[in-house]
Amino acid sequence: MDRVLIVGGSLAGVNAAEALREHGFDGDLTLISAEESLPYDRPPLSKQMLLTDMAPEQLLLKESYWYEKNGIDVVLGNSARGLDPIAQRVALSDGTEREYDGLVIATGSAVRELSVAQGEPRLHVLHSMNDAIRLRAEFAWGKHLVLVGGGFIGLEVAAAARSQGLDVTVIARGPAPLSRVFVGDIGLWFQGLHERNGVDLRCGSALDTIKWGINGAAVTLTDGSVINADIVVAGVGSTPAVEWLSKSGIEITNGLACTPDLMTSVRNVVAAGDVVSWRNPIFDEEMRVEHWTNAVEQGRHAAATLLGNRDPFASVPYFWTDQFDTKMRFVGRTTSADQAKIETQTDDKLVATFGRDGVVIGAVCIGAPRQLAKYKVAIQNRTPWDEALEASPIA
Amino acid sequence: MAFTVKVDLDLCQGYANCLIEAPSLFDIDDETNKAIVLGGDEHDEEFRTQAAAATRGCPARAIVVEDV
Repeated sequence: MDRVLIVGGSLAGVNAAEALREHGFDGDLTLISAEESLPYDRPPLSKQMLLTDMAPEQLLLKESYWYEKNGIDVVLGNSARGLDPIAQRVALSDGTEREYDGLVIATGSAVRELSVAQGEPRLHVLHSMNDAIRLRAEFAWGKHLVLVGGGFIGLEVAAAARSQGLDVTVIARGPAPLSRVFVGDIGLWFQGLHERNGVDLRCGSALDTIKWGINGAAVTLTDGSVINADIVVAGVGSTPAVEWLSKSGIEITNGLACTPDLMTSVRNVVAAGDVVSWRNPIFDEEMRVEHWTNAVEQGRHAAATLLGNRDPFASVPYFWTDQFDTKMRFVGRTTSADQAKIETQTDDKLVATFGRDGVVIGAVCIGAPRQLAKYKVAIQNRTPWDEALEASPIA
Repeated sequence: MAFTVKVDLDLCQGYANCLIEAPSLFDIDDETNKAIVLGGDEHDEEFRTQAAAATRGCPARAIVVEDV
C-alpha cells in the first residue's frame, strides 16, 4: 500500500492519519477537507466559543508543523464529490481526481435543515467554526434568542446565551428536553436546570412558521402563539455526511454499513466517526455514534484495519455536555433499556443507570466522575445489573 | 526511560477519561472534580501506553507527558 487518502478534515480523520504513521505506514498520506481551516475541535463551538473570546486558532487539533513533520499533505477547501471504488479514485469539487490504494472515509455529519426555513441565511445553526463566530457576534445583553430544538446542542447554546444576559426561549417537540435520548426524569432534570436559570422552555411545542423582519423574526408555533426573536437558532440534529457517496455503489444504511472492524462494503475502504454504522460486540447491537471519543478511537481503529488488523471495534460510547455550572457525562446506551434506576438526584448531582437483559448498559452521571469511570468498566465487562449497582458507593 | 505526567488544572474539566484509560496514573479529586496524578514525580515505562491513551483521550487536552 503506497498511497492512503483520508477524506474528511475531522477528528476521526486526523486520528486516522496519526495512527497510520504510528503503525509505520510511510507511503503518501493525503488529508482532504471541505473546510478552509485546518481540522479543529468541535465540542467547544457550543461552549467556550460562545462563552469566552476564545480565538479560532485555539481550536486547532494540530498545528501546521505537525502535518509537515508527519509528511501529511493537507488539501483544504476541497470536498469529495464522488468515489469510484473499482478504479480506486475519489473525485474532488475542484474537478481533480485522486487515486488511492487505501481510503479512510471520515466525513462526519451534516447539519439537518429546518423544513420551514430552508436556505434562510438569517437562521443560525451551529456546526462549523464560522457558525460559532457568526452567532457569537450577535450575542448582546437583553436580546431575545429563540432556539428551535431541545437536544444537546440546543441546550448548550441556550445556556451559553442565557449566561451572557440574553433572554432565551427553547422550543422542544417532546414532553421534556432531550426526549429523543432519555425517557423521563433526566430530561426533566435538565428542564429544571434551565428554568432555574431563567430559560423559557416550551415543551410539546412544534414550529409552524418563521417570518423574518428587518430586525429579527416572528416565530409562530402550531398552537398559534407568536414569539418575537432577535436571533433564531436551529438545533434539530444532524445526518451522516454520505450524500457524496450515493452513486458509488458503497452500501449505505444508517450511515456507511461497516464490518465489525470498520471496513466498508468496498475493498480497501475503511470508515471512522459519525458516518460509521457497525455492530458493536459489547452491546451486540448495530449502532452509529456521533461522539468525540468515538471519533478518536474509530479513527485509530480504522487506520489499523487498513493496515491489516482484523480486530472488531468494541467500545463503550462516551458523551458529555456542559450547561451552566453543570457537567453531565454519559457512558453506554439507553436505547432499548428494559431497566432504569435513579440512584442519586439533587439539584447539582444525578446518577442514573440503565440495564438490558440483566446487564448494565448505560449510566448518566452529573457531578460524579468517579461513578462514571466505574460504570464504564462495568458496561465494558457486561457486568450483571444487580452486581454493578450493589458495588456502587452511597453518593 | 521514565516520564512525568502533568495535568493543567485550568484546562481539566473532570471528564474522567484519564481515570478510565490509565487507572494506575490518575484519580479524580472529590472536592474539585478535577484529575490528580497518582504516584511519584516519575513513572515507569510500563505505564507509557496507558499515559499515551489518557493524553489522547482527554477532550480538554489537559495532560502533558514528558520524558525525563
